Amino acid sequence: MDTILQTRDLHASYGAVEAIHGINISVANGGITALLGANGAGKTTTLRSICQTVSTRGEIEFEGERIDGLSTEAIVRAGIAHVPDGRGTFLGLSVEENLRLGAYTRIDTQNIARDFDRMYDYFPRLKERRTQQAGTLSGGEQQMLAIARALMSHPRLLLLDEPSFGLAPIIVQELFRIMQEINVDRGVSMLLVEQNAKLALDVADTAFLMETGEIVTSGDAAIVKEDETVRRAYLGY
Amino acid sequence: MDLFIHQLFTGLSNGAIYASMALAIVMIFRTTNLKNFAQGEMAMFSAFIAWWMLGLGVPYWIAFFITIAVSFVIGVLAERILIRPVMNAPLLSILIVFFGIFVILHSLAGWIFGYEVKVFPSPFPEEAVFGTYITNHELGTIAIVGAMLLAIYAFLNFTKTGLAMRGVAENQASCKLVGINVNWMLGLGWGLAAAIGAVAGMLIAPVVYLDPSMMSGVLIYGFAGAILGGIDNPWGAVVGSLILGVVENLLGTYVIETELRLSVALVLIIAILLIRPNGIFGRTIVSRV
Ligand SMILES: Nc1ncnc2c1ncn2[C@@H]1O[C@H](COP(=O)(O)OP(=O)(O)OP(=O)(O)O)[C@@H](O)[C@H]1O
Ligand SMILES: [Mg+2]
Repeated sequence: MDTILQTRDLHASYGAVEAIHGINISVANGGITALLGANGAGKTTTLRSICQTVSTRGEIEFEGERIDGLSTEAIVRAGIAHVPDGRGTFLGLSVEENLRLGAYTRIDTQNIARDFDRMYDYFPRLKERRTQQAGTLSGGEQQMLAIARALMSHPRLLLLDEPSFGLAPIIVQELFRIMQEINVDRGVSMLLVEQNAKLALDVADTAFLMETGEIVTSGDAAIVKEDETVRRAYLGY
Repeated sequence: MDLFIHQLFTGLSNGAIYASMALAIVMIFRTTNLKNFAQGEMAMFSAFIAWWMLGLGVPYWIAFFITIAVSFVIGVLAERILIRPVMNAPLLSILIVFFGIFVILHSLAGWIFGYEVKVFPSPFPEEAVFGTYITNHELGTIAIVGAMLLAIYAFLNFTKTGLAMRGVAENQASCKLVGINVNWMLGLGWGLAAAIGAVAGMLIAPVVYLDPSMMSGVLIYGFAGAILGGIDNPWGAVVGSLILGVVENLLGTYVIETELRLSVALVLIIAILLIRPNGIFGRTIVSRV
């Protein structure tokens, strides 16, 4: 499998404080890569680095092209969509308007209507709440909206920041099933940040483990799952 | 009764001007959380540009639309050159920039065009079509502002760029993540605000006469109308301004002396804000936290 995303010696900082210190991670084309780690390890910062919403140093390569130094808008146009930490819902806009903003960079406007239908197929709850103000959705529905909004840009790589956060287990299961479906059907590669390591390792093919801004373990998801330290620290058995 | 109807329409016409200023203020407030108190001077300067063109013999409506376009460009440039560099600076620095715009436009207008009060023509004919009920200029003002509000409503609600502008008012970080160039949207907001203000300036100049201080009272009413209706809600601000225009004018006619109109209107507003702190139509986003 070829690589869709590769970082080399990637550093990121908030003002004078460096939060990640030279990491190398990669996402296989068509694959799901999990990025795990404790609170404050730098997972969110890593995703922000890829979208250039934080200042970075080092290389980021997407589909063979350097994207570090591009604007966030240009990176979205290049084919990366980010489902941010906290979901980033446009609370005062309707569900449909949120999705329409997701399609903002699309030039093939004639296909957008079809993509609305697809999103409503994946997430029927969103269809029922189409005209509702997004701020009135439940947490799970907002997470679905955030994923659907990101998919509306037709990304080839989806960055997901703790999609399971704050959701009931049954909703999380539904969400992960849909994410896998999207990965398989539409060939969207994913970089998945999760606190819930077991869940992430079940769907991912590759995993990276972060600690205080550095990658400490990486490899096949199945192998990382059996790793002693990972098991003890994150899987609890 | 005739007097009442006439005063009602005069109030609506004034309210339409306040509404334009209020909408301009809200446009900028929603995207930047800043209250642009130089908005009135920008409108005044636009009116001077129109007056200058009229003096050169340019036909009224051509001068009208060129002024709107020029004001739009000035608004975009003001954001880009003056506001953006200080956007992340402390509030005091931003206020000083606003104050700078205010003073520069004021003295520039005085220096170029002179401080003496000038007559500014109305594009509408003198002989009243509706007798004593409403003057043609009042009717024309209401019609033009109405058309402008409709155009802005359509732009914000039915175009992709309009939706993006509303998105910028909601969540700028998410806007970047869907590929919106937030800086351009902020510039566009300033341009639109300046263009709306230009319309207000050109329509009020025949009433208050043209001079560098002509917008000071109007701007206060614009702010008051915006705050009354809800400064984060463009349509609330418009309705608030219309109410203010009518109430103020009727009060001035029937209840109190004209000089006290503004004070009484402001007292009323404060009373309303005590009951509804976000304004009558102040938007509350329903959100589950
Ligand atoms: N906006 C910010 N400004 C300054 N420092 C920040 C900011 N965001 C994160 N940090 C710091 O960067 C480091 C990494 O934070 P980050 O949010 O990337 O961790 P995380 O792995 O996503 O944690 P969590 O699991 O809690 O979401 C932390 O030390 C944090 O304090
Ligand atoms: Mg995080």
